[in-house]
Amino acid sequence: MAESICRALRDGALQGEHAPALTIKDSIASPFGFHVFTHLLTQLSSNILAAKSQSRGLVLVAFSRSPSFYLDLLNRKGIDVASSQKCFVVLMNVWELKHCCRIEILDCYTDPLGWKDALLASENGGSLSNEASTGASLCRNVKDMDKLYSSIIELGKGIVGQGKVRFCVAIDSVNEILRHASISSVAGLLSNLRSNDRVSSIFWLSHSDLHEDRVTAVLEYMSSMVASIEPQNQSANGRRCNWESLPLLEHNYWKGRFHVRFKRRNGRVRVMSEEFHVEQSAINFRSISSEDEIVNRSLLPKVQFNLQLSEKEQIDRAKVVLPFEHQGTGKPIQIYDGRRSLTDGKSEAEPVSTGILQTNENSSKGEIIYLRDSDDERPDSDEDPDDDLDI
Amino acid sequence: MDQRAPNLLDEALGLVDEEKTKPWPLSSRVVLVEDRVETSGAFVLHHLLKRALSPHSSNDVVVFLAFSQPFSHYDRVLRKLGCNLTAQRENNRFFFLDLLMSEFPDGDEGNKDGLVALYGKIEKVVTTSFQENKKCITIVIDDFSLMEVAANGSTNYVLDFLHYCRTLTSAFGCSLVVLNHEDIYSSIERPALILQMEYLADILIKAEPLATGLATDVHGQLTVLNKEIREEQGSSRNKICNFHFRVKENGVEYFYPGSKT
Repeated sequence: MAESICRALRDGALQGEHAPALTIKDSIASPFGFHVFTHLLTQLSSNILAAKSQSRGLVLVAFSRSPSFYLDLLNRKGIDVASSQKCFVVLMNVWELKHCCRIEILDCYTDPLGWKDALLASENGGSLSNEASTGASLCRNVKDMDKLYSSIIELGKGIVGQGKVRFCVAIDSVNEILRHASISSVAGLLSNLRSNDRVSSIFWLSHSDLHEDRVTAVLEYMSSMVASIEPQNQSANGRRCNWESLPLLEHNYWKGRFHVRFKRRNGRVRVMSEEFHVEQSAINFRSISSEDEIVNRSLLPKVQFNLQLSEKEQIDRAKVVLPFEHQGTGKPIQIYDGRRSLTDGKSEAEPVSTGILQTNENSSKGEIIYLRDSDDERPDSDEDPDDDLDI
Repeated sequence: MDQRAPNLLDEALGLVDEEKTKPWPLSSRVVLVEDRVETSGAFVLHHLLKRALSPHSSNDVVVFLAFSQPFSHYDRVLRKLGCNLTAQRENNRFFFLDLLMSEFPDGDEGNKDGLVALYGKIEKVVTTSFQENKKCITIVIDDFSLMEVAANGSTNYVLDFLHYCRTLTSAFGCSLVVLNHEDIYSSIERPALILQMEYLADILIKAEPLATGLATDVHGQLTVLNKEIREEQGSSRNKICNFHFRVKENGVEYFYPGSKT
């Protein structure tokens, strides 16, 4: 599923439609949303740099980690951001070069509220923060959504230039924006980004338990995909880790469920699940093992009738011994189902499971001769309903 | 018992370093200590303070934001542990910001300005120490809930302050150690402050009473959730440790459940 998300983000938007948007949400019980975020970020970046995606650039709005963290991360994953920056230099000199891909970071981490700026101004000197040297654009007032929007779009246009080329947007923490602005203005920002015709796709991370449910719902309404990270075993209180069962926690903390909800254009919703496992600061996805799936299925509420049996279920059902069912005890089981007439029964050497009501072994005691009128007659006309029971 | 010998807490935090060659393992990391009213987590702060001011290296600097106790308190406690805070303060290795009586001016702007000024002080100490080639800087906040009180309860500004302190960890490789009380948020349905701190924390240390009740020779349990232990060559692993502790007059004893005779 992680791949299908990557594909959707890579393929981008159709002309005249909103860009596909993804919400990644997690909670404190399984706080690995950021791992998923960085996973998608690296996948998408490598796609972009390999020119496999619709977009030719990516604007990363960094709220919760420093730009240097992201540069390190991408370098570690083998994505050479430096070369993409060199590419930028070329772009600056030769404007004709259109097919250039780049990752640009909008730094809302270092000085989101302008405190450092104010201190620097009041001191009239002092040392600048190291972060300024990473070359990321600095945003000093994250409370202003219009400013934020325009700087994201400007950065994006700076990468891809004028024309119809699109770029992706990644926001690493919606929670941080929500601390400084109301949900309506944040929703406005996100929806403006989505509907901008230069944006190819957009994804953001949100910790769902830091806000009211309605905030999460608003974010989910605005996204065409929702990836939610849940712990392997939902603890009883649901919110906090269950520290009492520590051995279990130690085992399961780094694992969890990854549910993805896709919303199609026509309104169809598809939910898929995967398992993830975090190790060595990387996240691995794999499909849910069948054993778990069966348990899962039996726990799920049954909302539809299952009218067909699978082959295995049919075999299993055939094996069930019902109470009072005639077991044969050496003799062939002859149960009359009304479909064969007496004469047919006589001619057959060994009727199996279907046959005639009375056997001819003991004809001296009298016999009931039944001749059916025709084969069209309904077989159950005067059938003994308890015929198959060994009473 | 030799206080220098690494104990279970050091192991859990990755502080065990025989040759003293590796850089300070808590560098660029945020440590959150959560305690409860039954089991104070102050001893964890004392322990980290002692480790940060270890006599082996003179490059370590601690910036201490004291909201809960006066200097003399920490001085006495640390002296029992074999660390002289007064001397360290004179050597410019221990910067004590006494915020015990501090109360930021009322009103929205007053809170903000007070916190900005406080951050400015920390930043100044950090930048000057950094320029003096003292690269191993620890910022300790004791405790965060009282900081919220000092800021007249404006959670958002306190979180902004925390964010700015965190930018120092990434820019200068400082470590940030924060103590907070878990149970004062227990009745709130969505305790955004403590949850936000747990999301930020790279290492979470929880001091809790025993699940089975009070005991004379066990004072509580510590759970250390180390989200990412960095090892050589960029590899890393994650770890959860749990052990019991007993606070003694001049130190704390750590042991695995059931291993104490």
